[in-house]
Amino acid sequence: MGHPVHFGCAAGKMNISCFGLSHQTASVEIRERFAISDSGLSEALLRLRAIEGVEEGLIVSTCNRTEFYVAGAVSQVPVTRFFEEFYKDLRTGDEPHFFGLWAERCVHHLFRVVSGLESMVVGETEIFGQVKRAYEAAARERATGRLLNKLFQKSFHVGKQVRSSTAVGRGSISVGSVAVELAEQIFGKLDGCKIMVLGAGDTSEKMARTFKARGARQIFVSNRSFDRAQVLAQEAGGRAIRFDEWDREFADLDILVASTSAPHAIVTVDKIAPVLKRRSDRPLFMIDVAVPRDIDPNVHRLDGVYVYDLDALQSMAERSMESRRQEVAGCDRLIEKHVVEFQTWIEKSINPIIGPVAVELPRS
Amino acid sequence: MHLDFVGSFIFAADRFWIWLATYCFMLASAYSAYTLFSGKFMAPRLTFGLVLAGFICQTAFLGVRGHEVGRCPITNFCELLTFLSWSMILIYLVIGSSYRLSLLGVFTTPFAGLLSIWALLQPEPQAVVIKHPVNPWLEVHTSFSIVACGAFALAGLAGLMYLIQERQLKTRRPSSMFFRLPPIRTLVVANSRLLWLGFGLFTVGLATGFFIGQDVDWRKVAWSLVVWALYGGILLARLRRSMAARWVATLSIVVFGLLLSMFWGIRFISDVPPVR
Repeated sequence: MGHPVHFGCAAGKMNISCFGLSHQTASVEIRERFAISDSGLSEALLRLRAIEGVEEGLIVSTCNRTEFYVAGAVSQVPVTRFFEEFYKDLRTGDEPHFFGLWAERCVHHLFRVVSGLESMVVGETEIFGQVKRAYEAAARERATGRLLNKLFQKSFHVGKQVRSSTAVGRGSISVGSVAVELAEQIFGKLDGCKIMVLGAGDTSEKMARTFKARGARQIFVSNRSFDRAQVLAQEAGGRAIRFDEWDREFADLDILVASTSAPHAIVTVDKIAPVLKRRSDRPLFMIDVAVPRDIDPNVHRLDGVYVYDLDALQSMAERSMESRRQEVAGCDRLIEKHVVEFQTWIEKSINPIIGPVAVELPRS
Repeated sequence: MHLDFVGSFIFAADRFWIWLATYCFMLASAYSAYTLFSGKFMAPRLTFGLVLAGFICQTAFLGVRGHEVGRCPITNFCELLTFLSWSMILIYLVIGSSYRLSLLGVFTTPFAGLLSIWALLQPEPQAVVIKHPVNPWLEVHTSFSIVACGAFALAGLAGLMYLIQERQLKTRRPSSMFFRLPPIRTLVVANSRLLWLGFGLFTVGLATGFFIGQDVDWRKVAWSLVVWALYGGILLARLRRSMAARWVATLSIVVFGLLLSMFWGIRFISDVPPVR
């Protein structure tokens, strides 16, 4: 936990601080007690600004973090006192979950948050939008001022630069997204692809939804229970096919998702090889997420056919995660430059008379 | 003697443009290769700008030479190689954006650069070229044949990219490069269309060769017919769906290699006669 540091200003002068808790410091049971809903945000911002010394305030509240960014003379306030003033009903044992960051450490933290480096899944992009919405909400309520406006606008610039100039956001990190990313790498856009989902369980449903979300329009669902196939097909905006007829559609197919509970392979070389001759030279991508596998592994050896089972997809997801972690050091170097830039700006713009001397205050 | 000197000087000055073009292509290649293999951010405009600059330099060289010889500037092996490289870049610039194949430049620029270096290694002509009445059949024959070779070169490069993608998909261990190459389906389509384009142009070039009105070198004709038949065979097999995309891609590379050896063969069997 950090302790107050000023950007070259004496105690009580304008400064930036962050108080909060996140998935790194608190379990979900704790986090949910401190989360602030969208509907309660306006009132929370009013309460935040009512705290003595807070001149500007902004609240980022997501499932993984609740953070209060404030500008003003609150840098001497201990973290627990800040939370007591805001929440009023702290419990014994809450204190170790909080953190407080001041001045450049706060700036550095925000830049890391916006860049996805503090996220549970390193490099994820959702946090960027969440922070942006939090900023817009605070700006709408006129809770932000010159300092926080500059800080957050800078953070969005940094977040974009980190993502575009490093590989921290590259590669998918879940089985479903790996499968869709591979499909896009094989076919380009998915809107012209014909996709068939074999089986209508939870996995099939998730895959069908993922493909639909990425632009797939022609989704066929085949299942032993035709009723269940119809339900899923309706949800995915596709068409249900009887299970004994699924292979008739094969010649026009681009992507097959197999997720049945069949005890043996239902897609075999004998079944596929004759159909391939009727196809043009379009590739055929098969995703086998069933255990035991629905697709005979030998099908992968056929020309133009690519079969990916759970292990292959999982292994790709893990490698992406690892390569994202390896990018973090490079991202931090990039962020550090922007922290220094911001520090220079704040010294010149906010406290020009006192000069760029960092004053470290004793622990409260 | 004086004319020889002037001719050599003019040609050496023209070569300045090929030098510049080579630098542009090699810079673009080095930058693209670095970004591709390191997984760093790639500025497509920078690569495109360098390719365009190289193309403009090549155009300047061919323009100056064309003005000097008063015809399509394919009067020696240096010009022939430059024209081939220029054709390839021209087609890349036209189709690269159409098929979202910007990364084709990563593979095109080193090849164009190597062709330029090969052109620079050619000895300078000993005699000054004097303008000569244009034979339109010869113009069409040479220009169409070489632009066709440019299309075949790009088809081979698209085939190479396809094979890289295919291998990564089959091994199930795609590298970061995999996700930066164009979709495999796009490469199949591009490869096919480039083969058709090259085949059409080559057919016109070959047919017009019989109307030039000069003595026919049957060794060159036989070689050209073999290449024409091979490309025709690939396309026929593709039409009949009797050849997998992987084999079409492989053959695009192999047959282009053969075509390139034809250029080399032409150089040694019967040098392209300069128009005097």
